[in-house]
Amino acid sequence: MSAATYTIEGRTGPWELVIGLEVHAQVISKAKLFSGAATAFGAEPNTQVSFVDAGFPGMLPVINRECVAQAVRTGLGLNAEINLWSRFDRKNYFYADLPQGYQISQYAHPIVGRGAVEIELADGTTRRIGITRLHLEQDAGKSLHDQHPTKTFVDLNRAGIALMEIVSEPDMRSPEEAGAFLAKLRQIMRYLGTCDGNMEEGSLRADVNVSVRRPGEGYRTRCEVKNINSIRFVMQAIEAEARRQIAVWEEGGEVEQETRLFDTARGLTRSMRSKEEAHDYRYFPDPDLPPLVLDPAWVEELRRTLPELPDQRKARYMREFGLPAYDASVLVAEKETAAYFEEVARGRDPKLAANWVMGDLFAALNRTKRTIADPPVSARDLGALLDLITDGTLSGKLAKEVFEAMVETGRPPAAIVEERGLRQVTDAGAIEAAVEKVLAAHADKVAEYKAGKEKLFGFFVGQVMKAMAGKGNPALVNAALKRKLG
Amino acid sequence: MRPTDLTIAGALEALGRRALSAEELTRAHLEAIEALNPRLNALITVTAEQALAQARESDARRTRGEARPLDGIPLAIKDLFCTAGVRTTAASRILHNFVPPYESTVTAQLRRDGAVFLGKANLDEFAMGSSNLTSAFGPVENPWSRRNDPETRLVPGGSSGGSAAAVAARMALGATGTDTGGSIRQPAAFCGIVGIKPTYGRCSRYGIVAFASSLDQAGPFARTVEDCAILLRSMSGHDPKDSTSAEVPVPDFAAACRRGVRGLRIGVPKEYRLDGMPAEIEALWRQGLEWLRAEGAEPVEISLPHTQYALPTYYIVAPAEASSNLARYDGVRYGLRVAAPDSDLRDMYERTRAAGFGQEVKRRIMIGTYVLSAGYYEAYYLKAQKVRALIARDFERAWERVDAILTPATPSAAFAMGERTDDPVTMYLNDVFTVTANLAGLPGLAVPAGLDAEGLPLGLQVIGRPFDEETVFAVGAALERAADFKALPRVRAGA
Repeated sequence: MSAATYTIEGRTGPWELVIGLEVHAQVISKAKLFSGAATAFGAEPNTQVSFVDAGFPGMLPVINRECVAQAVRTGLGLNAEINLWSRFDRKNYFYADLPQGYQISQYAHPIVGRGAVEIELADGTTRRIGITRLHLEQDAGKSLHDQHPTKTFVDLNRAGIALMEIVSEPDMRSPEEAGAFLAKLRQIMRYLGTCDGNMEEGSLRADVNVSVRRPGEGYRTRCEVKNINSIRFVMQAIEAEARRQIAVWEEGGEVEQETRLFDTARGLTRSMRSKEEAHDYRYFPDPDLPPLVLDPAWVEELRRTLPELPDQRKARYMREFGLPAYDASVLVAEKETAAYFEEVARGRDPKLAANWVMGDLFAALNRTKRTIADPPVSARDLGALLDLITDGTLSGKLAKEVFEAMVETGRPPAAIVEERGLRQVTDAGAIEAAVEKVLAAHADKVAEYKAGKEKLFGFFVGQVMKAMAGKGNPALVNAALKRKLG
Repeated sequence: MRPTDLTIAGALEALGRRALSAEELTRAHLEAIEALNPRLNALITVTAEQALAQARESDARRTRGEARPLDGIPLAIKDLFCTAGVRTTAASRILHNFVPPYESTVTAQLRRDGAVFLGKANLDEFAMGSSNLTSAFGPVENPWSRRNDPETRLVPGGSSGGSAAAVAARMALGATGTDTGGSIRQPAAFCGIVGIKPTYGRCSRYGIVAFASSLDQAGPFARTVEDCAILLRSMSGHDPKDSTSAEVPVPDFAAACRRGVRGLRIGVPKEYRLDGMPAEIEALWRQGLEWLRAEGAEPVEISLPHTQYALPTYYIVAPAEASSNLARYDGVRYGLRVAAPDSDLRDMYERTRAAGFGQEVKRRIMIGTYVLSAGYYEAYYLKAQKVRALIARDFERAWERVDAILTPATPSAAFAMGERTDDPVTMYLNDVFTVTANLAGLPGLAVPAGLDAEGLPLGLQVIGRPFDEETVFAVGAALERAADFKALPRVRAGA
């Protein structure tokens, strides 16, 4: 638990923040929640649409078991209760991109109940954030208002895609905590393979509920800021909304419960609709769908086959590899990074592997603007490079040179070593010859050294390495020099 | 015998011994349609060319020795079943131009079994009505008329009024219908034919324009109990495309018609004796029990104590679901769209739905929207769901004591087109004996059992246990044999 509570200093004193998140995560699944239509992102408009998704007469929803499995996996990953009995309701409202005139959603009886995740903050402290529920629902289509001067275009590719709505408890107290929570959810779902977490494509969106209060007070009225599509914007929106509410309270006003939008350009929230304008969604059980009843054995099977989650993996890296907590956190942050690291570390010195991944590789990713999923140097090649260090073929310095060449050319280290003749010289005779040549050329310095100016040793090392074009094995060069200099 | 007077069983037999071709049979019915439909308005769309082509294919199959269970049987399809490539209107202006690119499961199965489709039968708009007066394509006339007042045009009942009228008038050997609160059984009774609403989940709802999803169920019309049994077998079966369709085997319903009723206990619910019910209906009901007793069944007085709440419950649940089911008719993707040049989305919705839906449909959408609204949901929808469960429990208790239940099918014979239209509640009372089976999901069969003083048909209803249509058919067939109903409507093919 963090010692100091985050506060915003108002005109009249400090204010605490109370934050809860509703996260919409698109389920990874080949088909939609209630139809067999495909779910590919970026397809031509209205090509991923079945008659069910388009709300044609007489069409009926049929639940996609894989989407249910994904929701259960996510629930298990959030340490949450799995409800063996859940139900789909209809949320009724009219909109052009909602073909049925209702969204099928689990309003009263969600598939996943209470859970919790642990978040880690920059200062190293951790906090537990409660999960209220997770439910399955259909996504709507997309209305495009900018395609024609007077008409709205509708793309139904997204209509009917399965979403998981994950609702947190109002447990977060700072923008940082909310950001960390969203990042943690994203990380868990990416590990589970249940949501790709791609916020630019809209696979993960968040609504934030924000209120402010005086330290020690109960909850005040909250506002919901809807549909934020990056972790950074979530944090900015919370800050902006909190400051707005503080200003309202401090001016003697009253914060009205309402739905707001975050204007990313201006960094402000603005009203979308008030409580009075809120829709009456007329929820009722969808008569087309029987209750969703799960077999406990099936849930257990999903639990058993759950992949290793980030927290578990971090603990394992610390336990098995002896990595420090920080390194382990960095390496498990992205599933792809962890996979890369593990491939590099397999059968090798894990600390060496961690250093190279977090150091040279991350730097190369930054420089080349590539991602760990599409790295300039494959894990296999980096592993091979480490092998060349371990077996003495390359010195650390040479290895860095080889690595840079690998980044540039994409070729394996052995080939580069061969082509450029970068192989470290370990031939005792060759080293000895170079040493003798250097000592002979610098007889004056040898005399000074022998007279006690021992820091000249480094000079001799440098000269030998220079003479050997940097390829001399440093340990052997040192040993030979020590021997010759007596 | 005229081909149009055949039963389905008789026609299959005649086709089988090649005394008749499917093409001849279909042609005879198309001629009947041509002669009678202008008056009766039983069909919205006639698919003569397609029917003849299907009949010729059927004859070819029979020649090859590959005849299927319904091969060559001409049917009318309620225009609520989506038929691929054939306009499907739900008798609504909002779907006046809708041609589905897909086939409902029930009609696909009938086609699989060789049936020939003559056309799409008229109905109350979106199946909402008990008179067929709410159709955007005009009312259907009942082929029957009062003995002493033959000029007064009567309603065929509804919502499947076109289907019932077509079968009664010999424009089709059988027809499909759907029944949400009585929409098969009431028109069957009004038109002097047989109709069954099977157990909820027996027939797939896939491809049937939805009215009230938890109540809607497809079923057949025919002129004999056995014919209904034959049709129902083809229509039934589990469908993975409908999550509410049941995974139960489909028995040989026709065989059940020959079982007899010896030893069966027949429930007589005392709550179905209504004040002001016509004496002849009461008498017919008693007569029905006597017939069954004579065949070896045992009448048992039972109580279904929540019956009085069935109608109000139905008129909350059905409109609630309908208000949501009909939200998709918005002019955006198919069907009618009405918009002014400066219409925004909301204006287009309002204009489209105002022009596209008839009065009764609008009324039910409003009732349904109201009962689901915040602040009213608990008092109406939730309460109705609770009462619905109590009604179902009444039946569960009854099944401990009886094997089937006998009731009148309707509280009156067919009424005239002008009557009962001012007050919707009077119209809703038509369903008083039939809605309980929908609310409890039970099979119910209407069988003609006699005539009233005006010479109009009256029906009895047999209600059975869930998925025990066989007993229902057995009892229905026994009543049919005893009643020996031979009366004919005045308007019919060859008359």
